[in-house]
Amino acid sequence: MDLSSQDLLEMQRRMLRIRRFDERASKMVKRGQIPGTVHTSIGQEAQVVGACMALGDGDYMSGNHRSHGHPIGKGSPLGPLMAELVGKATGVCQGKGGSLHLADFAVGSLGESGIVGSSIPIATGAALSSKVLGNGKVSLAFFGDGAANQGCLYEAMNISGVWDLPVVFLCENNQYALSTPAHTVTSGVIADRAAGFGMPGVRVEDGQDVLAVFEAVTAAVERARRGKGPSLVEVVTYRFNEHSEGLRLGTDYRNAEEKAAWVERDPIVLFRQHLEREGIATAEELDALEAEVLAEVDEAVRFTDESPYPDPSVAFKDLYTEPIGATA
Amino acid sequence: MTIMSYLGAIGAAQREAMEADERVVIIGEDVEANVYGTTGAGKSRKDKGDFLEMFGANRIRNTPISEEVIVGAAIGAAMTGLRPIVDLSYSSFLYMAMDQFVNQAAKNRYMFGGQASIPVVFRSAMFYGLNTGAHHSDRPYPMFMNVPGLKIIVPSNPYDAKGLLRTAVDSDDPVLTFEACMLWGSKGEVPEEEYKIPFGQANVARAGDDVTVVAISSAVPEALAAAETLAGEGVSVEVIDPRTLVPFDSEAVIRSVQRTGRLVIADPAHRTCSAAAEISAIVAEEAFESLRAPIMRVTTPDTQIPFSPALEKQLYPNRTKIEDAVRRVTGLMANTLNNELTSPAPRM
Ligand SMILES: Cc1ncc(C[n+]2csc(CCOP(=O)(O)OP(=O)(O)O)c2C)c(N)n1
Ligand SMILES: [Mg+2]
Repeated sequence: MDLSSQDLLEMQRRMLRIRRFDERASKMVKRGQIPGTVHTSIGQEAQVVGACMALGDGDYMSGNHRSHGHPIGKGSPLGPLMAELVGKATGVCQGKGGSLHLADFAVGSLGESGIVGSSIPIATGAALSSKVLGNGKVSLAFFGDGAANQGCLYEAMNISGVWDLPVVFLCENNQYALSTPAHTVTSGVIADRAAGFGMPGVRVEDGQDVLAVFEAVTAAVERARRGKGPSLVEVVTYRFNEHSEGLRLGTDYRNAEEKAAWVERDPIVLFRQHLEREGIATAEELDALEAEVLAEVDEAVRFTDESPYPDPSVAFKDLYTEPIGATA
Repeated sequence: MTIMSYLGAIGAAQREAMEADERVVIIGEDVEANVYGTTGAGKSRKDKGDFLEMFGANRIRNTPISEEVIVGAAIGAAMTGLRPIVDLSYSSFLYMAMDQFVNQAAKNRYMFGGQASIPVVFRSAMFYGLNTGAHHSDRPYPMFMNVPGLKIIVPSNPYDAKGLLRTAVDSDDPVLTFEACMLWGSKGEVPEEEYKIPFGQANVARAGDDVTVVAISSAVPEALAAAETLAGEGVSVEVIDPRTLVPFDSEAVIRSVQRTGRLVIADPAHRTCSAAAEISAIVAEEAFESLRAPIMRVTTPDTQIPFSPALEKQLYPNRTKIEDAVRRVTGLMANTLNNELTSPAPRM
């Protein structure tokens, strides 16, 4: 891996952006400042950023309900994302998507999906475009361990296998689908399923190590870009927060010991130690980076607060590319 | 002009669209071998006109039987620069991909605040009236009319089939075209040069003064035959073919009803929440004062489609049923609301 110091610091910056953005969003949900709920990627930042940074700026990705990390990891600015969570006119989707349906086409983010598994075929289709148009772009589909049991994943793996599509199937195995432990509903190992489709299947056991994720996904992306077709990468990780913010389940489905062991291995803390140890940055420089990111989040919230809500007529806009059907 | 079949016209439109724009690709099961007759010459491949020969495997995408990913990947491809035509063969198979139609195709542009445009055409054929039984006989367009974000077209003749499909491929929004298999062999005049028929413009298939009959898909030729018979009885029937259901040319229908004062709607879909139901509501809301008789719907009753020819045939709108409905709204026949034509089938 030939990562410059700059790249390494950018990884830490993006992980911090996700962490601070999601912490703020969580607070805002609890204070009623964000309507509905959000699903945070807190604890999974290495898995998200390692994958996103293995992609080029022009590459595509699709995602799921755990939705903020993906565009942030791909380089989307925070202001329009936060404004979208609140439903403001300046939101990245003009207030029509909300947390569940973020999309920022400017960074190749083709959309997060509230329907588990549903966006996997979309990334597959983007890869078909690349293949037919010969534009060299790679596409990546983020989905959870829960989504790994949706049939559309296997339709997508099969078709992209026979067509050698440049797509990476990225399973974020945080070991639970809402309250359901993955091992109780998953037959075999997710990564092993790739073998059935004749494609590489890699399991990154330490998804808290951003470099390990980056390395595995880079190999898959390079393979795709060389025209060798799709890969499945399963990354084992853990979400630190509840499934969604504000959710309180009656059962203790994740035991405290397990959780404590994972929280101990905070991907941002681990990578900071790595950067210091390797002499990439000093403690002071890393503190400054953290302060910068915090200021960015503050600025995103300020931008959101100062933004107007959309005009009610916007509810009737952009259903089609031309005006037909419902109006106010 | 040349004489072409409905199916031939679809093939011609696909070929023109493929030739006109490199971004157009055809995706579907068995499209390579031209099993359904709209992608070229198939087995007689050496003859000029086979799509695989002409356009290559990069643009003629023969798929596995995986409707969900076929539809979803076509949407993703449309969002990123291609203009796919997807051949789903039977309309009954659309349900396999319902999530992709409803949650992705219809919603992505809207949810993402206009960032996406989704220029994709989903073709499927309704195999009703051909003794294929309940799993292949669906006419599901009304279900999709209830999904804002999709455009829906129902060509009833070769000229429209070609012209509407060309417009569909040009559309930057997802279009579902429901082709009636019963009409595949029907022939008509089709211009040899390119032409496109705008969406949302109904066709007055026959002008008349006494009764407006709005007919959909295979009900159009039936309505025209009924109009001919009724002319002999001194009743002048106007037959309107909306051609596209979304967008729907409500103005053309309202204008006609304002003149005739009477409306019959012939729709091969099931009665409840049919296209006919929606059209009835539009006319009741917009042209109530013009109506001189209750609106009558001639639809398929709310039962599933049986296999036996002895059972199936009676179910769809045909010329006799349309004639009777016209006689009723004109007072030539007793008009009781609870007659076997218009009431839902008893459910047991
Ligand atoms: C088709 C569908 N089924 C169920 C749900 C409800 N649901 C939302 S998230 C979720 C769990 C998803 O788990 P996973 O895919 O592992 O993602 P994670 O939340 O762990 O990141 C469920 C059941 C849904 N949104 N869509
Ligand atoms: Mg999970």
